[in-house]
Amino acid sequence: MSEWLPPESESPEEAVPTTGPAVGRDEWVAREGERRVSRAGWAGTVEERLRRVPWWAWLMLFVAAGSLMPVFESSGYVRLVGFNTVVYMMLALGLNLVVGWGGLLDLGYIAFFGVGSYVYAIFDSAKFGYHVPSILIIPAATIVGALVGLLVGLPSRRLSGDYLAIVTLFFLELFETVATNGNQIFGHDITGGSFGISTVFPLSFAGHTLAVQHNGIFAVSYYYLAIVMFVIVYVSLFFVNNSRTGRAWRSLREDPLAAEVMGMPVNWLKLTSFATGAGVAALAGTISTALNASVYPLNFSPVVLITLYAMVILGGSGSQPGVVVGAFLVSVLLQVLQDPGQARVLFYLVIVVGVIAAYRVSVRLAIVAASTAVFGIATHAIAASFHHSWVDGAHGGLAGVLANWVVVPERLTPWVGQVAYLLLLVGMLCATQLRGRLRLVTLPPTLYLAAFVWENQMIPNPGPARYIVLGLLLIVLMIVRPNGLLGERRVEIN
Amino acid sequence: MQFFIQLSLDGLTIGSVYALVALGYTLIYGVLKLLNFAHGDVFMVGSFIGYGVLQALGGASDPVVPVWLLLVLVTLAAMVGCAVLGVVIERFAYRPLRNAPRIAPLISALGVSFFLSNSMQLEFGAQQFNYASYNLSGGALYFHGFDLDHVHIPLLRIITIGSAFALMVVLWFLVNRTRTGKAMRATSFDREAAAMLGIDIDRVIVFTFILGSALAGAAGVMFALRVPTFAAVGFTTGLKGFTAAVIGGIGSIPGAMVGGILLGCAESYTAGYWTTAWSDLVVFSILIAFMIFRPQGLFGRVDIRKV
Repeated sequence: MSEWLPPESESPEEAVPTTGPAVGRDEWVAREGERRVSRAGWAGTVEERLRRVPWWAWLMLFVAAGSLMPVFESSGYVRLVGFNTVVYMMLALGLNLVVGWGGLLDLGYIAFFGVGSYVYAIFDSAKFGYHVPSILIIPAATIVGALVGLLVGLPSRRLSGDYLAIVTLFFLELFETVATNGNQIFGHDITGGSFGISTVFPLSFAGHTLAVQHNGIFAVSYYYLAIVMFVIVYVSLFFVNNSRTGRAWRSLREDPLAAEVMGMPVNWLKLTSFATGAGVAALAGTISTALNASVYPLNFSPVVLITLYAMVILGGSGSQPGVVVGAFLVSVLLQVLQDPGQARVLFYLVIVVGVIAAYRVSVRLAIVAASTAVFGIATHAIAASFHHSWVDGAHGGLAGVLANWVVVPERLTPWVGQVAYLLLLVGMLCATQLRGRLRLVTLPPTLYLAAFVWENQMIPNPGPARYIVLGLLLIVLMIVRPNGLLGERRVEIN
Repeated sequence: MQFFIQLSLDGLTIGSVYALVALGYTLIYGVLKLLNFAHGDVFMVGSFIGYGVLQALGGASDPVVPVWLLLVLVTLAAMVGCAVLGVVIERFAYRPLRNAPRIAPLISALGVSFFLSNSMQLEFGAQQFNYASYNLSGGALYFHGFDLDHVHIPLLRIITIGSAFALMVVLWFLVNRTRTGKAMRATSFDREAAAMLGIDIDRVIVFTFILGSALAGAAGVMFALRVPTFAAVGFTTGLKGFTAAVIGGIGSIPGAMVGGILLGCAESYTAGYWTTAWSDLVVFSILIAFMIFRPQGLFGRVDIRKV
């Protein structure tokens, strides 16, 4: 898979000829960019030019494109998705701080998002009768989130990666428990229990309330407010990253022992990294809660956590533009997978691009394509000869065209689906191991099975299917391209 | 007193399940230094395999084979299936990352866990699957048993706890009295030195995954004999299994057993004397207390790092 990605895709700020090597990398590594041979022809020139564009220009371009979205898109749903994407971007930036810069595997991150949400909901809702002005509650929630982060970090001071992961994961479970059972803490109702708090007031500044809906659809003001917050978070984290503390965090990531020997306050660095990340998450929680006007314990399940990790890993942990792009891509991906038509197009596009990337334009490509088509048509003919209901499941559009090739029964017998899924897994695993002719033989049935499973099981069940795709994405990315799309490639020196 | 005995019995039953899960964590952590997040989901898959075999053999109320054979077959199938699954996971998700930074296999493990639980949900739905063990030979496994201070101890409980302990004894024997076990201990002590002395590290790791996953499969069946199983059960149980391993001291086999039973009892007493809602809180507090006051656990040895 890595062959068809341009080998020198680096983050834009890499371009800045820095004054010297950054901490944690030696000079030879830091000057890797200078030794790089740029590509010949106009592609190389464009690449070189693009690399010179400063980071703030990219950011402005990105924000401008995002701000224009509501102008062209009048659907309230799409705007809401846009808002959620911006919230995800903020969360990804905060997680990147902890995982990408601090090198700490924080699996309780989403709980801090929850802390911010609940602080806002408790002190600004009709349920408890408080109505604290937004200008006070937003910073307060951020600080409370950071403090909780500090507290969670405290017992994990002495712990290495795995123990830290488990403590934070347990904290997430605990947060969910408290939120779900918070309506009976010594007879008091604090969190509204599993029904959550659903009477949250919208944001209000100086007595002026920012309505959640405008003419019955999602109010764009929240979208722009989220973008403003995102820019503030992005820029301040950028400067933090280039500060003494930022460099110290990265040294902690590269080698905690060496950092400690050099006199870095390792414990304090871990705690600040944790707390800052938690603060960012809590900040994202406030605006998200204000817009949704409600908060439920289920909003903070491990599922959201894995989604966030997929964003950070896909974009490239450690790179700010990377995780923003990752958040955007995963958020869009999750939406696309929910719509049957789009999910179908995406699937076949990925398959076609993947096969072409693996075989380039060659005889083998033709063999794979032809034999997959023939295999499908033959299977379809056999299935149709048994009973017409075996192939009568799909109608119209792309699905209708494909229905002449993929077997889509009116009602899939469960065990057939289960066997097909198992066979698909076996086929996929074999295809990664086999080489040459053997792979050529196993590929067509596997591709056909993939199409069968996708049409019959994944598309009707977008819930689990989305997360199966995310889980696979995490595994494959870790193996094929651990630095993600825009991440810094680490050069290991022993 | 009767209530206490009842709770202890409950704690012992669920605790032996935790102990079996914890053993898998401990073994794998010992040789790979990897926190296998997918272990809880292997456990879940085991309980599903057990359910499938049980149904294939006629279900609990009308089995085609004698009850004892039914239980043995169900457990064996789950153990074998999980062992295969464990080997596949190791081969495809962890082995390519053997020399990557430590965070990489952890994230890959998260991905595997997510993949497994959602795949099961896709194929079998999110509903609960009940072994209906109270129907086994007309409920005899519940009526029979013996009384202790007027508390009835059903036969099924005794079988569960007994077989869990039998498995632990077998494991202890495998690790401490066989050549492969010796290789395992050597690998977990110092992987590089073991490799230099001619131990095939890959084989040892595969063997460890077979052992750990088979135990998880057995634990899955024992769990599901008591309460219904479902696709999302692996996550929390895995978490508790790992906590049990930490309490006992990671890398220590007797530690994992003691930790599991302690955890099961703590949970059972909390549920009995206080409320079920907060049992997670108690487990978490115990974990934190251990992390602060005795990070090496009950039986673990203090790790001295050489620079």
